Amino acid sequence: MNIDRLHRVNDYTWRLDPTGAMRVPAIFYGDENLIRAMDDKVLEQAANVACLPGIVKASYAMPDAHWGYGFPIGGVAAFDAAQGGVVSAGGVGFDISCGVRTLLTGLRREDIEPVKESLADALYAEIPVGLGSRGRIRLDAAAMDAMLRGGAEWAVEQGYGEARDLDRIEEHGRAAGARPEAVSARAKERQRAEMGTLGSGNHYLEVQEVAEIFDAQTAERFGLHQGDVVVTIHCGSRGLGHQIGTEFLRSMQDAAQQHGIVLPDRELACAPIESEVGQTYLGAMRAAINCALANRQIITHLTRQVFARLLPQARLELLYDVSHNTCKLEEHRVDGERRRLYVHRKGATRAFGPHHPDLSAAFQETGQPVLIGGSMGTGSYILVGTSENDELSFASACHGAGRAMSRHQATRTWKGKDVIARLAERGILIRSPSARGVAEEAPEAYKDVRAVVEASDRAGLARLVARLVPLLCIKG
Amino acid sequence: MTHPSTSTKAYWEHFGHMADIGVRGFGTTLAEAFVQAALALTAVICDPATVRPQESVTVRCEAADPEFLFVDWLNAIVYEMALRHMVFGRFEVNIDDGVLTATLWGEPLDRERHQPAVEIKGATFTELAVTRQPDGLWRAQCVVDV
Repeated sequence: MNIDRLHRVNDYTWRLDPTGAMRVPAIFYGDENLIRAMDDKVLEQAANVACLPGIVKASYAMPDAHWGYGFPIGGVAAFDAAQGGVVSAGGVGFDISCGVRTLLTGLRREDIEPVKESLADALYAEIPVGLGSRGRIRLDAAAMDAMLRGGAEWAVEQGYGEARDLDRIEEHGRAAGARPEAVSARAKERQRAEMGTLGSGNHYLEVQEVAEIFDAQTAERFGLHQGDVVVTIHCGSRGLGHQIGTEFLRSMQDAAQQHGIVLPDRELACAPIESEVGQTYLGAMRAAINCALANRQIITHLTRQVFARLLPQARLELLYDVSHNTCKLEEHRVDGERRRLYVHRKGATRAFGPHHPDLSAAFQETGQPVLIGGSMGTGSYILVGTSENDELSFASACHGAGRAMSRHQATRTWKGKDVIARLAERGILIRSPSARGVAEEAPEAYKDVRAVVEASDRAGLARLVARLVPLLCIKG
Repeated sequence: MTHPSTSTKAYWEHFGHMADIGVRGFGTTLAEAFVQAALALTAVICDPATVRPQESVTVRCEAADPEFLFVDWLNAIVYEMALRHMVFGRFEVNIDDGVLTATLWGEPLDRERHQPAVEIKGATFTELAVTRQPDGLWRAQCVVDV
C-alpha cells in the first residue's frame, strides 16, 4: 500500500483523512512493514466504507487486512440506525459467523504423543471434513427453525455439549433476534446435510500445544500453561450462511438504489438498518450466526467423543468461542457518550475488555480471550481484550494471518504431499481429503501471523497471552 | 492457466485474487462465454475433464443486466453443486432477452477420483465484467469466494 496519503498517528496507527465522499477518516492498524505490505485495494476499500451513510467515527482496518468484497477483510465499521446507518451483506461476508473456538483438554503434550497417529485418524474419521462430506444429522423444518433461533443453546438442549459451554460463547451461545422465516428455503435446503461439518478452504480442527506464554497471570486465569494441549476448531455457518450472503448481496443492490444510496463500489451493497431489507437481512444473518454456533457446538461434541475413547483422562472444557464475520448491535463509548451501534466485523474478532457487561463472570476481571488462527505450520495465538480498545476500534482485533499468496499461485508453487511431508518432519500430522487443498493452504502462502498479533498488541487492540503450535491438523 | 475449447475460439482461465480466485470465460457468443466461465468454476474444485456427464439438471435465471445475470448463473451452479453434492463438467446455455436457461451435466462428487480442492461459497461482484472485446469475443468474469 502506498502510504503517502496516510498520517502516522503513532508507530502502529495510521490515518487517512476524509476526502471526497468520505464521511469519516479511515484508520489502519499495523507497523509500517505490515501497512506497506497491504494491497492498495485495502486503502481504497476502507475509504469506500467511510462513505457509507450513518458510519460512526471511522472506518477501520486491522493489522491482517487484505483485499475483500466491498469491505476489506479485516474491516470494522459501526453504524447508527438513527442517523440513517446501513447494514451491508458484503460487510459481513459469505461465511457468516465463521469463527474459532478453543477447548482446554487437561492433557500435556507427553499424554498425546503415544496416541497422536490414532487420534488424528479418529478425529478425521468422526468429523466430516472437506467438500462432499455430509453430517449425520438431518433436521426437519421445525428442527431447522429451532436451531436457527437457538444456536449453541439449541445444540446443548439436543445433547451436544454441556450447559456450562454457553457461558463461554459470544452472546451466551445464541444471537437474539434471529428470524428463521427470513432465511430462504434454498438456504435451509443447502444446510440440510451440513450440520456438524467442518467445511473446506482455511477451515480446520487442530490439536495444539501451548508453546509460549507472554502473560503468565492471564494465561493462568484462562487455564493455559506451557506444554498444555488444547483443541481449536475453525469453521462457520456452512451452506446456509453462504446462501444468505449470496442472496442479500444481490437484493441489497436494488435496496441501495431504491434508498438513494450512492455506492462507490457495487460490492458495498447495503440497506438502511431501519428498512425492510435491512431488518430482514439482520434477522437472517442472526439465524446464520446461530447456525455457526450450533455447528461448532456439534463438532465440539464429536471431538469430545473421540477424546473420551482414546484419552479418557481428558476433560475438554471450552475456553471461548469467537465469531469473525458478523454485524452486532452493541453499546460503545463515542466521544464520552454511550451509543448503541451496529458494528460490522468482516474478518475481525470482537475483543471486549475487562468489566464489559456482555462478558460472563469468568472473564470480568481479565477481558475475553481473543483467539487468532494461524496457518498449519506457524501456529496460533491467544490474546485478551483491553479496556482501551473500546475507543480504538469498537473493541475489535485481528482474526488471522491473512494470505500472502493467492491459491492459484500456491498450487503452482507446492504439491500437497510435499507440504504434508515437510510438516510431518516437524512432528505436525495432517489429515485431509484434498492434496490440492493442502497445497493451497501451505503455511508459506500466509503472512507471518506473529507480526500481525504483535502489531495488535502494540496498538492496544488486544494483549498477547499465549502462542499455540499445531500437533495435528484435520484440514478441509 | 488457459484452456481452449477444441471446436471454437472459446476458452476459460483463472485469474489471481489474494484470498480467493477469479473465473473467466471467453466465447464467440455471450452464452458461450458463460459456458466457459462455468467450466472455470468447476476447475476451481476439480479438473472438469474428470467429470462424467451422468445426470442432468436444468436451471433458469433472469436479470436485465448481463453482469447480474452472470453472477446469478454462477450462483445457480454453486447452489446445485452444494445441494446435490454433484460436480458438473458440461453445460448448455441459452440466453434470450435477459432470461438464461441451461442444462448442466455431471455426476455425484467422488472424492477419490475428483480430488476436490475447495468448496465455493458464492460468486461475488469483485472484478465482475461481462463485455464484448475489440476482437469480437465475449468475456465474462468475476471472483468467487472459496
